[in-house]
Amino acid sequence: MTNAYTLAAHADGRGNPMFRFAAPQAFFPLAGKMIPWFAMLAAVFAAAGLYVSFFVAPTDFQQGESYRVIFIHVAAAWMSMFLYVVMAIWAAIGLVLNTRLSGMMASAIAPTGAMFTFVALWTGALWGKPTWGTWWVWDARLTSELILLFLYLGFIALTTAIDDPRRADRAGAVLAIVGVINVPIIYFSVKWWNTLHQGASVSLTKAPSMAATMFAGMILVALAAWMYSIVTALWRVRSIILERERNALWVRERGGEA
Amino acid sequence: MKPRNRRLALVVAGVAALGITAALVLNAFQSNLVFFFSPSQVAANEAPVNKTFRIGGMVESGSLKRLPDGVTVQFVVTDTAKHIPVQYKGILPDLFREGKGVIAQGRLESDGMFRAQEVLAKHDENYMPPEAADAIAKAQKGELPKK
Repeated sequence: MTNAYTLAAHADGRGNPMFRFAAPQAFFPLAGKMIPWFAMLAAVFAAAGLYVSFFVAPTDFQQGESYRVIFIHVAAAWMSMFLYVVMAIWAAIGLVLNTRLSGMMASAIAPTGAMFTFVALWTGALWGKPTWGTWWVWDARLTSELILLFLYLGFIALTTAIDDPRRADRAGAVLAIVGVINVPIIYFSVKWWNTLHQGASVSLTKAPSMAATMFAGMILVALAAWMYSIVTALWRVRSIILERERNALWVRERGGEA
Repeated sequence: MKPRNRRLALVVAGVAALGITAALVLNAFQSNLVFFFSPSQVAANEAPVNKTFRIGGMVESGSLKRLPDGVTVQFVVTDTAKHIPVQYKGILPDLFREGKGVIAQGRLESDGMFRAQEVLAKHDENYMPPEAADAIAKAQKGELPKK
């Protein structure tokens, strides 16, 4: 597969390690080496986080035990927004620099992002029933998060509907970049409008309005979700690389071992 | 300009244009994005007339009472400035408390009573163990926590 843009990327990348790994052939083994480390971190953070969340953190004065949904819900909601931004950044890099790997990374992140969005919505519903008294309301926070799920699903549908991977990447990139507008809307919806959903308990600008052990549990689970996302994205991108480069010499030479 | 820089400029300009568009659209729909009206907004006639809408605020302390029929409850929703009496027939959510947030959906009758079909509890972003909540409540009353 030698054409104008791969040649350009290679010419640019000479000597620059950042661009060296932009070549799928170079990134494939690197991703393979990184996966076990991040998987181990994910397992450690998940075990510690779930232990703190469900055994160490105290019961809430208002909500009793049902507040413990927060540990899964908040981590999933954070990741759903964060992964979308990462996906959009990869998509933008792909559009601007015409690098092949960027589009593959965006495609590799999307399913994990969609999964976390679904988990955030689902656990939110399970939480809403005992606390608010309803599974679902059409307030700004819940509605914009649902739109995020549709954006992920739309991105996956669009990129898989187009046969030519390069065209699929470009079409998906435009959708991903357009959709990124939704992320600040989700985040600030509870500040900008009256919503049923409460404001943020944890933010970068103020001290967390929760007990320290609760906060620790939430951060640990969030870190576990983050590491898990890296593992699944790398895993998926390896599959995508193999699939797209199946006719390249280096993949054929790997033969049955991949 | 290199083609790469031109594409970067296009992406940046596109995102900026979309951001401005989104801001303008959301600003224009400001009134439609509101999930509930506060008692002050209702008093200022900002809430829809003869239509179902939601009011939100705090349940005034000491205002909750059960009517003689046994299933209808009445309470006052306040934003500390204005007060609206609410009647609701049904089961209140577990987190419904006096002095805490509430959202009620229903109609404002001509007698000034808000008849709710649905009552939701709006909890805040504070999470703490019961002991800490007790300590805060005592501190507010001016008692020192017992050692």
